[in-house]
Amino acid sequence: MTLFQRTIRELHQMLIDEEISSVELTQSVLDQIDAVGEKTKAYLLVTRELALRQAKGADERLRANRDVRPLTGIPIALKDVLCVQDVVSTAGSRILKGFSPPYSATVIERLEAEGAVFLGKTNCDEFAMGSSNENSGYWPVHNPWALDRVPGGSSGGSAASVASGEAIAALGSDTGGSIRQPAALTGIVGFKPTYGRVSRYGLIAFASSLDQIGPMTRDVFDSALVLQAIAGHDPRDSTSSLRPVPDYLSTLRNGVKGMRLGVPKEYFVAGMEPAVEQAIHDAVRLLEQQGASIQEVSLPHSDVALPAYYIIAPAEASSNLARYDGVRYGYQAPGAKNLIEEYMATRQQGFGTEVKRRIVLGTYALSSGYYDAYYLQAQKVRTLIIEDFTRAFEKVDALLGATSPTVAFPLGAKTQDPVAMYLNDILTIPANLGNVCAISVPCGLADGLPIGLQVIAPGFREEIALQVAYAFEAATDFRKLQSPLMRAAA
Amino acid sequence: MSAVATQYEVVVGLEVHAQVLTQSKMFCGCSTDYLTAPPNSNTCPVCLGLPGSLPVINRRAVEATIRTALALNCEIPEFSKFDRKNYFYPDLPKGYQISQYDLPFSRHGHLDFDVKGEARSCGITRVHLEEDTGKLLHAGAIEEAQSSLVDFNRAGVPLMEIVSEPDLRSADEAREYAMRLRAILQYIGVNNGDMESGQLRADANVSLRPVGATEYGTKVEIKNMNSFRAIHRAIEYEIQRQTEVLDSGGRLVQETRGWNDARGLTVSQRTKEFAEDYRYFPEPDLPPLEVSREWVAEIRASLPELPAARRERFITAYGLTPYDSSLLISSRPMAAFFEETVRLGSPAKAAANWILGDFSRLLNADHKEIEESSVKAAHLQQLIQLIDSGVISGKMAKQTFEAMYRAPDPGPALEAAKGSSQITDEGELEVVVDRIIAENPKSAADFKGGKQQALMFLVGQAMKATKGRANPERLNALLREKIL
Repeated sequence: MTLFQRTIRELHQMLIDEEISSVELTQSVLDQIDAVGEKTKAYLLVTRELALRQAKGADERLRANRDVRPLTGIPIALKDVLCVQDVVSTAGSRILKGFSPPYSATVIERLEAEGAVFLGKTNCDEFAMGSSNENSGYWPVHNPWALDRVPGGSSGGSAASVASGEAIAALGSDTGGSIRQPAALTGIVGFKPTYGRVSRYGLIAFASSLDQIGPMTRDVFDSALVLQAIAGHDPRDSTSSLRPVPDYLSTLRNGVKGMRLGVPKEYFVAGMEPAVEQAIHDAVRLLEQQGASIQEVSLPHSDVALPAYYIIAPAEASSNLARYDGVRYGYQAPGAKNLIEEYMATRQQGFGTEVKRRIVLGTYALSSGYYDAYYLQAQKVRTLIIEDFTRAFEKVDALLGATSPTVAFPLGAKTQDPVAMYLNDILTIPANLGNVCAISVPCGLADGLPIGLQVIAPGFREEIALQVAYAFEAATDFRKLQSPLMRAAA
Repeated sequence: MSAVATQYEVVVGLEVHAQVLTQSKMFCGCSTDYLTAPPNSNTCPVCLGLPGSLPVINRRAVEATIRTALALNCEIPEFSKFDRKNYFYPDLPKGYQISQYDLPFSRHGHLDFDVKGEARSCGITRVHLEEDTGKLLHAGAIEEAQSSLVDFNRAGVPLMEIVSEPDLRSADEAREYAMRLRAILQYIGVNNGDMESGQLRADANVSLRPVGATEYGTKVEIKNMNSFRAIHRAIEYEIQRQTEVLDSGGRLVQETRGWNDARGLTVSQRTKEFAEDYRYFPEPDLPPLEVSREWVAEIRASLPELPAARRERFITAYGLTPYDSSLLISSRPMAAFFEETVRLGSPAKAAANWILGDFSRLLNADHKEIEESSVKAAHLQQLIQLIDSGVISGKMAKQTFEAMYRAPDPGPALEAAKGSSQITDEGELEVVVDRIIAENPKSAADFKGGKQQALMFLVGQAMKATKGRANPERLNALLREKIL
């Protein structure tokens, strides 16, 4: 096995055994980026020098056995929505082309403290708005399992990098499914923690009340390691929780015996591919065989989650994106004769179609005379969805369902139909609105394309989601599946 | 045209913005010094609105707001939240201002004040907290400037908005309300009351309605008034303008007008059709706040004596007129100056007259505040003593005071006043001494017999006769010479 194919857990052992160095490991991953990067287009920027410098630092730390952490020397990819000091961070948007923030996100500081190695900034849908990565302001990402297909979105570059061996792990962000759906479509593990579990400071905002940063990894164990490193209160983010972070590894292997798992009947939606539906039924049965008790549950307001989301998220986005006006940083349209012209031209030229669509949607929803009918109504729906989950979690410990109703679809298949595109997130959005956590773990292939099982656990019970996902993963061989791109290069 | 001109009732409400005196900004740790710091030096990712930055509430600013609200007799709800007010402008780095919309920190208060000694009360709709914007600097006049620069040092400075009910009925009332409000803010230490530098700003909503009407007329908002005098003049102007429009059968339009102080008139800035839709919604980056009752009680207990209470005390304890008391308490430093002068021994009435008379006249002419003057309470007390003991005349005292006021150190002017009035002519003194001895033969005899106290008495009598203008040592010597 080549180094870039391995997991954090394996590599960490090899690093502390001095079997390999972080520089060797980092070089192996950089070589893979050189080999397949043009095929996946997963990165917007590869920070080669920074990575090798950090790897050298990590090696010194390892040799001296000084504060060696699980992520010390591990090469990690960062979604472009995360601010890294003096590294171009654009959120996949042309309006921020060339923008280097003067500060780093809290999660970046935490990974630096761990001694992680930063490979670069991964491609994503512009401002994390999209489900296929085709809304990137630069170029689309190709799925390492089938290059003519999308990797999902918005964290498509992060997902593709982990699935192709161009990173050992990655950070993504999830507002309505942007970690989980691409994880499912590329055959990796993606974990959206509970809102407030990970600091959002330095995450370029899409929808402030829904955005959450999380790990994208080869397996569940690695997700636990990465989450452990980035979770916890941050005084710079007032919405980050003060609750202590449990030791995720201590409960990871506890299994599902005696656990009560619920299968929401509403999660078998119209338009779901039969192979996906079959894979979920198989997964449920497998967990039952592992000793879990299974029951059908109802989340009655699931059907209105999507419309509510498409009010709340664009409303917040319309406000969050107002700062991109060409006055202080980023793109500024040339030749404007006055202030209003400059605002209009900058935003017209700097933003892509989907971003503009959502700004218009959100502006409308917040407008005088429409606020009550749209924004306020959507917030009421959000409360109903929170209550749905609360009631379900009175009966069961975790919920099971598909992450995405379909496997990866061909590039261009849905770009002309925004609503069809939005429906990709129908199974992931409720977890964001409901303030719960959810993980996607590979559960099979359909015609050579990965399928994801979604495990949803109550708010701030990340250990339960990890425990169920780990039990499932351990009982199957799905974690050994590798994308053709990763296999071929190896 | 009707034979009798319609009588109108004036309806005014004030919206006052007051910067909160905190060390750091509303949502970040940057210094609030924007007046002296080099442009854009007190900024960070948060107050510059850089991508990914998040606000954190400054608890001291919240405390100052609650403090203000309590001083204005407001209710403090248990739950409050911040909202976003969305609009585009280059001095607004995030494209929205974090403000408060439907759940402000306080509401339903009132402010008691008086107009020429007559009591008035004005309702306070709400006191809420928001962040200030940056400042635009235009290269030349705004109409023809080729470029503008932005200084973000002021962006994110905490700003309270104090909104009154439309309870004010004249320009006089509006001015007195504003002055009393400023005094309260100074007394409780939340704002320095400086209108010229914009740390305290007022906008007025002015409308007219026929006397007896219950519906409000069309209101006009006036901005850009940066002194109490401007508030008064702008409202007077607006009343006149609106009266003329209505009397000539015209209709008023709801609009915002700017006060031009140099030209003495208001100019239309924008009408209602072009009013912004601010698309307020709850700030998702800040959780709602719970304001504990214990905290409110703590803040209430720490409030100092407020202007209204001090006014009552000045009337009862010092026997001042209600009018003088109102003037004195309108500025916290002035009230303190008065009390210090009295504590040092001056009669209250005299101290009040000097402070409200010559002193205020000179300060007003120079646009200075009492605490900026080199004349301190001790100086005034000594001057008043000189007058009371007859050393200098009232006319001379006025000249002396002005000399004291103009000098960087008032001491020499005070000493000169004492010195210049002394009788230096020996012959004149001898006449006085002879007369005192003749009028007090017993004392003279006692002294001759060895009683030193008798000499002291005679010196005192001579001082009295010269109204203190004699040199006591010289008198002493002359008396010894004549009696012994």
